[in-house]
Amino acid sequence: MKFLKFFLIVIILFPLSSINAEENDKRNKITKNLRCLICQGQSVYDSDSEFANSLKIVVDKKLQEGLSEDQIYEYFKIKYGEWILYDPGLNKNTYILWLLPILIFLIGGAIIYKSFIVKK
Amino acid sequence: MKNKILPFSVIIIFGIIFLIFYKGLEDSKIYTPDVTTKKKIPVFNTKEFFSGENVKSSNIFELDKVYLLNIWSSWCVPCRQEHPLLMSLNLENKLNIIGMNYKDNLKNAENFLKELGNPYKEIFIDLDGTIAIEWGAYGVPESFLIYNNEIIKKYIGPLNQELVDEINLLIK
Repeated sequence: MKFLKFFLIVIILFPLSSINAEENDKRNKITKNLRCLICQGQSVYDSDSEFANSLKIVVDKKLQEGLSEDQIYEYFKIKYGEWILYDPGLNKNTYILWLLPILIFLIGGAIIYKSFIVKK
Repeated sequence: MKNKILPFSVIIIFGIIFLIFYKGLEDSKIYTPDVTTKKKIPVFNTKEFFSGENVKSSNIFELDKVYLLNIWSSWCVPCRQEHPLLMSLNLENKLNIIGMNYKDNLKNAENFLKELGNPYKEIFIDLDGTIAIEWGAYGVPESFLIYNNEIIKKYIGPLNQELVDEINLLIK
């Protein structure tokens, strides 16, 4: 009987805690990608400032409301601008940032190909 | 041909990098938040400061009136500095000053108002700072000039005489 009770408790508690953990992971992931705008070089996740603490509460609230990660980013982007995101999207201000590495990689590859492989 | 491509592409790559860095030189190094874009004010529910009654944001801000929303707190030192300016702005009676009490102890906040005077037409409270986030605020003190439910201008940090003159010009 005791064993049965224990078993029931485990069954009841286990999925709940895993759901909680999942939500926590999501929250941490989101707050790590949000810049603490009044701190220097810290994410909201790392910071303990008033601003960051309030932001964490808002992220929690939005998650509870059922908003997806992208919707939450969009929400903060509207409120504070692109700067709040650590991972900026591709747009007219950031295209160099995204395309330059590919460009350099291609040019570098072409140089290597021309000067080493074709030589053989 | 082989010999020409290499120096040519090196020059091009350095040219591109130079251009990007040169462009970067002209940009401001300090992050300056956008303070002029017109945005609708957020909708929220909160509590009135003195009575503790629930209030809706739509009941605080009416159309066709100019408001100055001031985020303040008794623990914030710059708020103390700007308070006399708010008092004098209130005396001129051209705009309605609304206070948002930010993450404060209510007793301390009441003492603050007793000591320095109350320039606010209405005060509501933001205990956990989430309403300030809705407004896109960074901290205390911060002020928003509002007309027709739109944020006309945002003042981050304490107000000074220069900014008060600017507000007076804007609401003329």
